[in-house]
Amino acid sequence: MEHLINIVLLGLLMLAGFAIVRTKSLLAVAMLTSIYSLLSASLFVVLDAVDVALTEAAIGAGISTILMLAAIALTSDEEKAPRHTPLLPLFVVIATGAALIYGTLDMPRFGDPAAPAHRHVAPTYLQDTPTAIGIPNVVTSVLASYRSYDTLGEVTVIFTAGTGVLALLGFRPRRRNTEDTGRKKLVILRVVAKLFFPLILLFALYVLFHGDYGPGGGFQAGVIFATGFILYALAFGLSNSQQLIPHQLLYVMAAAGVLIYGLVGIASMLLGGKFLEYQVLANDPVTGQHVGILLIETGVAITVAAVVLIIYYGFVSRRPAPGDI
Amino acid sequence: MQGPLGLYNYWIVIVLMMTGFYIVIARPNLIKKIVGLFVFQTSVFIFFITMAKVEDGTAPIIQEGVNLYSNPLPHVLILTAIVVSLATTALGLALVVRIRESYGTINEDDIHVQDEAS
Repeated sequence: MEHLINIVLLGLLMLAGFAIVRTKSLLAVAMLTSIYSLLSASLFVVLDAVDVALTEAAIGAGISTILMLAAIALTSDEEKAPRHTPLLPLFVVIATGAALIYGTLDMPRFGDPAAPAHRHVAPTYLQDTPTAIGIPNVVTSVLASYRSYDTLGEVTVIFTAGTGVLALLGFRPRRRNTEDTGRKKLVILRVVAKLFFPLILLFALYVLFHGDYGPGGGFQAGVIFATGFILYALAFGLSNSQQLIPHQLLYVMAAAGVLIYGLVGIASMLLGGKFLEYQVLANDPVTGQHVGILLIETGVAITVAAVVLIIYYGFVSRRPAPGDI
Repeated sequence: MQGPLGLYNYWIVIVLMMTGFYIVIARPNLIKKIVGLFVFQTSVFIFFITMAKVEDGTAPIIQEGVNLYSNPLPHVLILTAIVVSLATTALGLALVVRIRESYGTINEDDIHVQDEAS
């Protein structure tokens, strides 16, 4: 049954991919991309990667689609036909694809428990996590403890992306109620948004604090938190949502999250451990791990939420440039 | 899974990857190119997650009575890669918006024409 779902989902993904190539309207392409992303999230659930599925659904199907729509609103939604014939690209693609397929022939077969990938460090992580880290979710323990250096780098990448978008698009706060005229009619959206807004924020906190025991963690929580505010902005207008969370606060939050992460590392050095060695944070090493993981996950969530909102506001607060050639 | 079906996932991943690659190199529209990049990235995610799957294994969340788990390491790598894909998509789209403001178009062919004319 699992295999059947796997095969069908991959087939649908292929269809979505071809549809993206063929479709000329960029708005339709953005929606197809969202479908493609949601399909791959479903596939990740079938393939046991529940944390990845949660992240892909929130980021790929949610935030990326919103950003694409915002960028299309600022540019144009018609795709012109290419000037050159696609023969050369087609040849390059087929040749590369054929070489890659030849390369898969000696890959370990799907689901093979003896594959080299499963025999290196993965068994150690699976065996040691319950005793050394004391949390059931191995993905969280590897992400936040064993490989916390990587995650620190990741948070910095997110922070840099926020800074980059801010440098490219800037940020122009809007005066009150300048753009709300067309939105007055959206009664249903407003009622639903009002109902969902607190629930989304609550769910984000659940995903953050339950990340040790089930699928979830700082990255997902941050994105879900930001979606709450984006939904609010869609229903009630940009100016109202900016009163809810001022942009100066977002800048502080984006930096504060990375700072919390770094400070946990320095604190563990000051207490006699190595950088990001959580065992020294409490009397008991396992409790220390719990404290450290919770702190850095909170830092990650704060930075991700703030950066996603900075990027979103950067796109939607910019006015479209006039005219197309 | 033995036989040719054991490589089915990889082959579809390669088809998806090449679909994304084709969009990037053959389509002149800059937003379409970023969508192509997104399709390519997601196919790589599927590739890694496929390699992490262990037959009859379950999600790597330790619980009593379960002995076989899928490999958690690729999950961690891809989780963070998805977040980075958001960063690259956002930056790419921001650049497209700025290009449109300077050139008045997001079509690569038109941009080349303008560059050669000036």
